[in-house]
Amino acid sequence: MANDDREKSERSVSRRAFLKGGAIATGALSAALIPAVGAEAQLPDAVELDPRHSTVALKVNGVAYRKEIPNRTTLLQFLREDLKLTGTKMGCDRMQCGACTVIVNGRNVYSCTTLAVEAAGGEVLTIEGLAKDDVLHPIQQAFVEHSGYQCGFCTSGQIMSTKVFLDRMPNPTEDQARLALSGNLCRCAAYKKILESVMAASRLTRA
Amino acid sequence: MYSADFDYHRARSLADAQRLLAAHPGAKLLAGGHSLIPLMKLRLAAPSAVIDIGRIPELRGISRSGDSIRIGALTTHAELAASADLQKSAAALAEAAGLVGDPAVRSRGTIGGNVAHADPASDLPTVLVALDARITAVGPKGERTISADDFFTGIMTTALADDEVVTAIAVPASVRGQGSAYVKFAHPASRYAVIGAAALVSIANNRCSGARVALGGLLPHASRVRSVEKALTGKPLDAAAIEAAAALAQADLGSNVAGDIYASAEYRTAMAPVYVKRAVAAAAARAGLA
Repeated sequence: MANDDREKSERSVSRRAFLKGGAIATGALSAALIPAVGAEAQLPDAVELDPRHSTVALKVNGVAYRKEIPNRTTLLQFLREDLKLTGTKMGCDRMQCGACTVIVNGRNVYSCTTLAVEAAGGEVLTIEGLAKDDVLHPIQQAFVEHSGYQCGFCTSGQIMSTKVFLDRMPNPTEDQARLALSGNLCRCAAYKKILESVMAASRLTRA
Repeated sequence: MYSADFDYHRARSLADAQRLLAAHPGAKLLAGGHSLIPLMKLRLAAPSAVIDIGRIPELRGISRSGDSIRIGALTTHAELAASADLQKSAAALAEAAGLVGDPAVRSRGTIGGNVAHADPASDLPTVLVALDARITAVGPKGERTISADDFFTGIMTTALADDEVVTAIAVPASVRGQGSAYVKFAHPASRYAVIGAAALVSIANNRCSGARVALGGLLPHASRVRSVEKALTGKPLDAAAIEAAAALAQADLGSNVAGDIYASAEYRTAMAPVYVKRAVAAAAARAGLA
């Protein structure tokens, strides 16, 4: 894929940072790379430039962005390639694996199957938006403490699905948690530890 | 994966959507996008223009009007599953919606998109046929209403014309003595229905006074199993009567059953009565409680 070259430098930085400093460093590093575009938030959310391109305005992790993109750009491509927010992963790219899960206006959404123009005007939350400075979000903390991953590729999706779920149902049963995360596959099959992490996260977020 | 390039137009209203459809022949309507976008990314569909109807306010919401429940075409599966009105008065529909895909699919996929797409392995068409739902569409010649029985005509094929927009689906609200249910044999990975069975039964004086039973997942489109319906009518809905009636489903299916690498046509045909039996039993239990 042609995009691989564009992403390579970004990805290697993130991965090295992850290995060196763990999850905290990844979040903070990505955050530092984001160009803040504050003032344009007042503009209409999607402007048709020519029929095949649009200018899309939306908020990601509280930061307002405005970009000109081809209409066919998915929200996933927009996040990873235009905004360089590579914490959201592309797995199957056809809404079967859940690795690309982000939160749009409070709902869990497969960013691979949502066009960026569809999300225009919305508020997007990605894995990069969870930690506050050096403090992990309680869900991230629970996943770290309970090893809710092996290779880690599906983890951001697992955590974003957990966030939507616990926001709605702070005190779930294990069966409810299993159903809530049924759209997030883990090829390492770390499901037992992921479930432990979700249940621990529910205790941490209520504490 | 990138889809082919396309022109994007966002419709502000139903009238706007119709104007855009007229102006862009061959355009596809985009609602939740969870059927259309995968097709476009796989290049199985390459419309020159996409008309986004996802934000038209008049196509949203669930409301009761008299003895039927009107569901706006943009209502998501998650909203259907969570609706107290549907849970009470069209239980099979709320139940089926809660079994579609997974939570992220349910938060984007819409009932209007689902019926217009008419995937044979989808859940909602089976329920809509069993519940005798009516689908409203608007086109250049005005509005028309199509019964679910007549709406689904083949694999991903419906009675809808290219220039029509599905605006709402109406389901009759169940009355005292009626109950409905949906059960499915879900593919373990995709959660699509290998077999889906929906039943609506009415009970009066401890006997079945009417039944509508439909199967989906194994046929080109959701269809009623009329031999089963006929066999149930007039009987007390005990386990033996339900089992005997459900066995007739095989005759209704005939040679139309489609198989695939996961489940052969023979296997699906053999399993269909089991799911019919479960759906009818669950519907009968609800009818008794109503």
